[in-house]
Amino acid sequence: MTAMVDIRSVHKSFGSLQVLRGIDLEVRSGEVAVVLGPSGSGKSTLLRAINHLEKVDSGWISVGGSLIGYRRQGDRLYELREREILRQRTRIGFVFQNFNLFPHLTVLENVVEAPVSALRRPRKEAVSAAEALLARVGLADKTAAYPRQLSGGQQQRVAIARALALEPELLLFDEPTSALDPELVGEVLDVIKDLAHQGTTMIVVTHEIGFAREVADTVVFMDGGRIVERGTPAEVLDAPRHERTKAFLSKVL
Amino acid sequence: MSLTSDPPVGKAHANGAEDDDYSALKVVPVRHPWRWAAVVVTAVLVAQFAHGLITNPGWEWDVFANFFTTQTILKAVWITIQLTFYGTALGFALGIVLAFMRLSKSPFLKSVAFTYIWAFRSIPLIVQLLFWFNLTYLYKRLDFGIPFGPGFFSFDTAGLVGAMSAAVLGLALHQAAYAAEIVRGGVLAVDGGQLEAAAALGIPRLRQLRRIVLPQAMRSILPNAANEVISLFKGTSIVSVMAIGELFYQVQVIYGRNGRVVPLLMVATVWYIILTTVLSVAQYYVERHFSRGAAR
Ligand SMILES: Nc1ncnc2c1ncn2[C@@H]1O[C@H](COP(=O)(O)OP(=O)(O)OP(=O)(O)O)[C@@H](O)[C@H]1O
Ligand SMILES: [Mg+2]
Repeated sequence: MTAMVDIRSVHKSFGSLQVLRGIDLEVRSGEVAVVLGPSGSGKSTLLRAINHLEKVDSGWISVGGSLIGYRRQGDRLYELREREILRQRTRIGFVFQNFNLFPHLTVLENVVEAPVSALRRPRKEAVSAAEALLARVGLADKTAAYPRQLSGGQQQRVAIARALALEPELLLFDEPTSALDPELVGEVLDVIKDLAHQGTTMIVVTHEIGFAREVADTVVFMDGGRIVERGTPAEVLDAPRHERTKAFLSKVL
Repeated sequence: MSLTSDPPVGKAHANGAEDDDYSALKVVPVRHPWRWAAVVVTAVLVAQFAHGLITNPGWEWDVFANFFTTQTILKAVWITIQLTFYGTALGFALGIVLAFMRLSKSPFLKSVAFTYIWAFRSIPLIVQLLFWFNLTYLYKRLDFGIPFGPGFFSFDTAGLVGAMSAAVLGLALHQAAYAAEIVRGGVLAVDGGQLEAAAALGIPRLRQLRRIVLPQAMRSILPNAANEVISLFKGTSIVSVMAIGELFYQVQVIYGRNGRVVPLLMVATVWYIILTTVLSVAQYYVERHFSRGAAR
């Protein structure tokens, strides 16, 4: 299978703090990769680099065969304009830890906004697609509500529908359940599992080991800005080879 | 007497109610004697003031009634409204541009906006207005064309900057400095995650500002902006130094002629109060519009 995401020797520093120190990672089309690692290991930074919310210092990232943030012409790389970067991002869905829904727009408007303004879909078409998506995440009756009137779990499901509305070829989740009360985690994970079973390519940063075991094709363990270990859930979670992986797992399990 | 002795049983039951059943008891509210004293004193003062307004012949309410809706005064009110409208519209338009210049990443744009705001907040409005009024003295002609190169059109400043446009220009430039800071504060108050989410969705840059950031910024911009509009509206009275026939100037002209100072000042005062009330009501509805989806 072809690589949907290809990350090659990516480095990134904030000032003197090296956050990513040479990341190499390939995610195939239809694969579900779960990224684990202690706080501060660079998981969010890596995810944000993939859709160019964060610019990397060296190395490169390509999604669906096209380079993120640059255009190759002959033996040169030209930095893309903001407008072109925005267009690249429409092919990549991003779900944030704290949802970041637009509080002044209704649930339906939240989902309709990007297809209409970024992809120039006709409004009518976008609305019926949005209604179908909201029904799919179990929120058909909440289209007219405002985000603050919803529970955390419902808000995160709206955020997932909002990301899906662009029909992205890749979905990125940054700790999608970390801001939720324990009893609401399940409803969000169920939606993500559903997507995984339908063959959506996704990279999920999470601390939910059970979820990783159940849906991940690949588990990646990061520490100190490097990928320490990667493999199937059985390899990484049940028979970790690296000391740091063992130490981390013994703490979260 | 020992500390462990039971409380006297008879006393608790003396008033006929069970120890833990309060529902049958009569509630005696706390009395506020001082509050009542303050109410009485204030009421007397208010009554005295109202009595004075009505009976003191110095207010000359008949003169007030005669002038309140005369043609001259209505025209002057209209000019005051126009000055406020154009001053606000142009001032906030320029203010929004300045705010985004200060928020931009370019050090040059940032410092230009910063300097503008610094300068126009430092110069008293009345001084600035007199400068514009005397523009003719500084620049005799205004040329439009290639910067520093040959001009295509040119105007006599005397014809271009009449008193009225000088006044609008002055008010707007002054207002822009304050508007810029209010808008900038409002934009900074919007959670950074909002722009990030909009960017992650690929929403075009201008649309991010118009659809996502500004409507949310409006909630903190509006109360301050309303203050500014109201103070600009009253500030138009300063324009009377340029002999423009706005409300305060016209009132001065009339009492200069007939000597009825107090009733004519009341004419202006009542008009200012009425229009400020209208603005406050408008503020209420506009704020309600922009509070959609807010929890509080
Ligand atoms: N914009 C930034 N400026 C400066 N430092 C940053 C910035 N973003 C992240 N960092 C730092 O980079 C390091 C890695 O951050 P990152 O958010 O990628 O970690 P993480 O693995 O996602 O951690 P967590 O599990 O807590 O979310 C941290 O030490 C953080 O303080
Ligand atoms: Mg993180």
